[in-house]
Amino acid sequence: MSTLVRGIGRLGGLVRGSIYGLGAFTRLFATILARSGIALKRPGLVSQQIHFIGNYSLLIIAVSGLFVGFVLGLQGYYTLNRYGSEEALGLLVALSLTRELGPVVTALLFAGRAGTSLTAEIGLMKAGEQLAAMEVMAVDPIRRVLTPRFWGGVIAMPVLAAVFSMVGIIGGWVVGVLLIGIDSGAFWSQMQSGVDVFNDVLNGVLKSVIFGIAVTLIALYEGWNAKPTPEGVSRATTRTVVSGSLAVLGLDFLLTALMFSN
Amino acid sequence: MTREKTDFWVGLFVLLGIVALVFLALRAGNLSSFSLAPTYQVQARFDNLGGLKVRAPVKSSGVVVGRVSSISFDNQRFQAVATLDMESQYQFPDDSSASILTSGLLGEQYVGITPGGDDKMLAQNSTIKYTQSAVVLEELISKFLYSSASKEGTAKDAPAGTPAAKP
Amino acid sequence: MTSDATSASNPLLLFKDVTLGYGGFTVLADIDIEVRRGQVVALMGGSGSGKTTLLRAATGQILPLRGTITAFGQDIAAASAGQLQALRQRMGVLFQQGALFTDLNVFENVAFPLREHTQVSESQIVERVLDKLDAVGLRAAAHLGISEISGGMARRVALARAIVLEPELILYDEPFAGLDPISLGITAQLIRNLTDRLDCASVLITHDVAESFAIADTVYMVGQGKLLASGRPDDLTQSSDPYVRQFLNGEPDGPIAFNYPETPAFAQWLQQHGGRS
Repeated sequence: MSTLVRGIGRLGGLVRGSIYGLGAFTRLFATILARSGIALKRPGLVSQQIHFIGNYSLLIIAVSGLFVGFVLGLQGYYTLNRYGSEEALGLLVALSLTRELGPVVTALLFAGRAGTSLTAEIGLMKAGEQLAAMEVMAVDPIRRVLTPRFWGGVIAMPVLAAVFSMVGIIGGWVVGVLLIGIDSGAFWSQMQSGVDVFNDVLNGVLKSVIFGIAVTLIALYEGWNAKPTPEGVSRATTRTVVSGSLAVLGLDFLLTALMFSN
Repeated sequence: MTREKTDFWVGLFVLLGIVALVFLALRAGNLSSFSLAPTYQVQARFDNLGGLKVRAPVKSSGVVVGRVSSISFDNQRFQAVATLDMESQYQFPDDSSASILTSGLLGEQYVGITPGGDDKMLAQNSTIKYTQSAVVLEELISKFLYSSASKEGTAKDAPAGTPAAKP
Repeated sequence: MTSDATSASNPLLLFKDVTLGYGGFTVLADIDIEVRRGQVVALMGGSGSGKTTLLRAATGQILPLRGTITAFGQDIAAASAGQLQALRQRMGVLFQQGALFTDLNVFENVAFPLREHTQVSESQIVERVLDKLDAVGLRAAAHLGISEISGGMARRVALARAIVLEPELILYDEPFAGLDPISLGITAQLIRNLTDRLDCASVLITHDVAESFAIADTVYMVGQGKLLASGRPDDLTQSSDPYVRQFLNGEPDGPIAFNYPETPAFAQWLQQHGGRS
């Protein structure tokens, strides 16, 4: 009986803690947005972050995109072949990538690669008293450290997702046309007639922007609130990946329902 | 890394993103089929639109000559009204007919224009007089069943019955 | 060695009847400290006596539970965010581990306050940064990354960064901790020379008796939650207060007990682990 009571108590504490966390998260989001003037006044800082977050993720995104495109081409061919519709492979690959796989897989990889490095960097800056030093030097750490990284992530994400989709389509083309031997003309023309720029491509871009905001914010939040110990930083990076990935998948469901239901 | 070098790589990165987006839009998507050519509006009424959507193509002889710009319902005559944006370079006779066709067996629906023989051409805000509604599969099947049932019925009644009404 | 403490100007930093604590826990009570221009003031005490808390209170990172802390004539607790920023720009703080920015090199670290708070040209920045690095003897290390310099060098770079805006008040958190004898001597000399050259005030939070007594004008000693002694180094050396004696002589036991006091929590833990108290 007492274990049940304690269990309920713990659950209540968990709920209260989550709500408190959500409030703190929103407050940090609002603060970062409010201090975003620095992005315009000192674009060099944002540019530097785009470099660290975006350029350094380019390799893994491009290679993953290529392999996802290969697999889509292969699996798509096997399935479409049974219905005699293998000429629609281009359409299948392009739609899968621009609508879903491009934004979502890129966001998951982003959470793992860039998200964890952001969290670890800020957590370690906190542990090394660098943030306190900044504060004492009358420099607002949120404005100087968090805001440029936020905008760097938000700008880098759609770029990475677009690159992923492009490389994936090329990968599907390599497998479908070069290796399997589908007609190249049919591959591209079916794709072009079926993929709508506004509905598919732009919606995919919009998704990737929203995912970028979510994952970057979660990474910054976890780093900002990490305990300044090795264990604290390690826990924070784990939470970044887990929360970030779950947020991406949850938001994807919401956005897909909103955008693609007619 | 110096500021100049960073800016260079970031510039390349963003450029790559733009290239990817342009690729997706043009090669993968149908942006190249958007034209900024001047258009004139023409109305067409249908009993049944089927699955016709806004921005569906308007084709004649298989060539895209316009797009469906809006769809509305006429509450007086209880008909669907589709407004078509026709490209100004293509003029059609006043007595042309519009039908809703399907590309392929189960593909997207589009409006097909078959030209008539009138000297007068369709102008801005004119209405296409002759239209053919979309083929709804259920109606087709029920017509077939009805006609085959009545064929059997007449075959039972009289040996040489009237030919069944063509669907 | 010590400068004449008859500065007619107001104290740069003033603690009056200050009580400091976190939550419900009081760390220090009834603290009175005065720091004037041109002075080197040492705040001393054993580990956990609340010295770092005093530093945080002086910079406005924590507010006093009671009493007033005045910096440059302005009550810190009453200062707005903008006023606090302005006050902090007149202070330099040297953290115990240096707290250098690991993603910047030595030059960029020292240039940081200049880039953030001033609009001076790039050539001016280079000139000023190299000048301050020269003052700490690290001019030729400007190109190095933070991971490439030793702990002692890092401390000196942090000092250069703390003084690059030529502050009127410099606060040092344990500047002598963990330094080899040569570095100890260098650091003590640097602190004294800087104070004289820049005509600022320096506050040292430390427990190093020998070095700080050699350069300080006034020494405040805290312990057991209150201010235990204050005065010139010579006066304290003559003091007969048992705490001061234990501290200065380094005796293991005295007013600061060697054994951690037993608590009910400990007794409960011991019982659970089957020991005998």
